[in-house]
Amino acid sequence: MTTSVTYDGVEVGEQLPHRSFPIARADLVRYAGASGDFNPIHWNARFAVEVGLPNVIAHGMFTMATAVRLVTDWIGDPGAVVDYSVRFTKAVVVPDDEGGATLDVEGVVAEKLEDGLVRIDLTVRSDGDKVLGMARATVRLS
Amino acid sequence: MPLDQSFVGRRYPPTVPYQVGREKIREFAAAIGDANPAYTDVEAARALGHSDLVAPPTFAIVLSMRASHQVVKDPALGLDYTRVVHGEQRFSYTRPIVAGDELSVIVTVEKIRSMAGSDIITTRGEIVTTSGEAVCSAYSTLVARAPDPLPETRVPS
Repeated sequence: MTTSVTYDGVEVGEQLPHRSFPIARADLVRYAGASGDFNPIHWNARFAVEVGLPNVIAHGMFTMATAVRLVTDWIGDPGAVVDYSVRFTKAVVVPDDEGGATLDVEGVVAEKLEDGLVRIDLTVRSDGDKVLGMARATVRLS
Repeated sequence: MPLDQSFVGRRYPPTVPYQVGREKIREFAAAIGDANPAYTDVEAARALGHSDLVAPPTFAIVLSMRASHQVVKDPALGLDYTRVVHGEQRFSYTRPIVAGDELSVIVTVEKIRSMAGSDIITTRGEIVTTSGEAVCSAYSTLVARAPDPLPETRVPS
């Protein structure tokens, strides 16, 4: 697999292909197991409500991991991501039903830096609301 | 109750080395639903110039979160972990994490503050190989939401 995206080939303002990612309650249980984050607010509705949340919420790290797929699928090499930061501005509530939740991710080439580095800004929404703020990935392109 | 400010600047000893295994990378990639072959197929990862399977960009949280528990779960700090949500996260990579790495985390408390009754703590985890090579800096901000139901501040925004 080779990356077709090159530093010279990208332009500021270029949009990455938009993606929607469904999230089901089972995804949070699987992520809890793989990551070691067993905080019950991510799988136990009774506990989540007791601590004042509307329902079970997705791990912020699950949202962060999902959002950057827009970038890694675009460039091919996940090892080219040299910096990635987000603010978790709104919880992603994941009801225990057929629909679950959906993450809508958009990305744009925000800045071309030196040394082949390019900054991508991501916009991540769930149910119409922005759930990440200042979501930025810097990648090294050839 | 405000957190103990004397924790700011504390630096913890390196964690017990974590061996990054191929199966753990595959398991993590499956859990985030990411089918990128560099996470599962050694030949695909090598074709991209990596020595072995590459870990996803957020994989470092597996090490850094566990390491930060030294601080955030210390009763002396005073953080109510049952009310904690993640506020901010950043990973800054010197190089990608690959299968076969043996990594330790050195945690430092960067910042402690209080806002609208919520306690907020930022830690930095320096992820290094057992031979001392810098790999990644992981910055985590955790927010312990105010103890009483204040509708506007239930979820930090």
